[in-house]
Amino acid sequence: MTGYEGADLAIALINVVLLGLLFVIGVAIARMRSLFAIVMLSGVYSLISATWFVALDAVDVAFTEAAVGAGISTALLLGAMLLTSRTAKPEPRAMRIVPLFAVIAVGCMLVYATIDLPAFGDPDSPANTYVGTAYLERTPEDIGVPNIVTAVLASYRGFDTLGETGVVFAAALSVILLLGFGERSLSASLRKKTDKKG
Amino acid sequence: MKTDHHVILRVVAKPLIPIISLFALYVHFHGDYSPGGGFQAGVIIAVAVILYSLIFGITPAMRAVPPWFARSLSALGFIIFGAVGVWALMMGGNYLDYDALFNEEPGGHYGQHYGILFVELGVLFAVAGSMLSIFYAFAGRVTEIKDEDW
Repeated sequence: MTGYEGADLAIALINVVLLGLLFVIGVAIARMRSLFAIVMLSGVYSLISATWFVALDAVDVAFTEAAVGAGISTALLLGAMLLTSRTAKPEPRAMRIVPLFAVIAVGCMLVYATIDLPAFGDPDSPANTYVGTAYLERTPEDIGVPNIVTAVLASYRGFDTLGETGVVFAAALSVILLLGFGERSLSASLRKKTDKKG
Repeated sequence: MKTDHHVILRVVAKPLIPIISLFALYVHFHGDYSPGGGFQAGVIIAVAVILYSLIFGITPAMRAVPPWFARSLSALGFIIFGAVGVWALMMGGNYLDYDALFNEEPGGHYGQHYGILFVELGVLFAVAGSMLSIFYAFAGRVTEIKDEDW
């Protein structure tokens, strides 16, 4: 990991800056009422987490996060936002205490859990010893594909990916069942608009 | 006159949309060698159409990529994925066992290579079609995004 002196320090600094930005954006999203600003900030949140995944050497995850989190979910949330009012209802002060306690409690548990985690990039950690090394060793002769993530995703774990594709398909199907096909409701609302004019 | 103040947005976005689609194809066909694959490529293609509909309006987007096409694409993708598995079954292998696809010698990688490519193509179709269908379902319910709504 160290290419030159101080590389570890630089990476640690980048991590701190990115995670600090994520924290600030998270707090800003929680405090805001304008839905448009919240949707945009959640896109920014995804983009910064994608950058952070690159810093962690998880390029495939970063790519997916940038495409899905910052790209399509922002666009879908914008579409969903237009169906409702533009600002969230302010809730009474007493109602805010319970979520705050829940967040602090879960945060403490997560921090407590990280104490047991192996260090980042630890070669003896479970993720890097059993199946992980087996995939790394066997992919060149089994699959012959340079990107091991693709090999695991599409070939070794093909059934999982088939299931995921089914989930995506089912998600689209359920949205269509709930909201309608799109073109029919569009033409209906267009007709209503011209009726009003005429 | 009412669309005139978006002219810069339209002019800038128009050449970007084919480049975005081209990049999606690169991401898909280069998925064996670099980060990416069918899922990301499908999302990028859907984003290209959604960008078009955000800038030029939902009705021209529905004329360019009809909702029935998006729906069928998503079903077709799922079918392609499953069909690759059935193809392997027909060739005497296990379900989704790409080594059996071409009846090649042990150690050959054609089956794995094309199997992964076809399967990822199925994922691309399913994801692009599903994302577009979801977007159309949401966007079809509001007539047009008015300027004061932003």
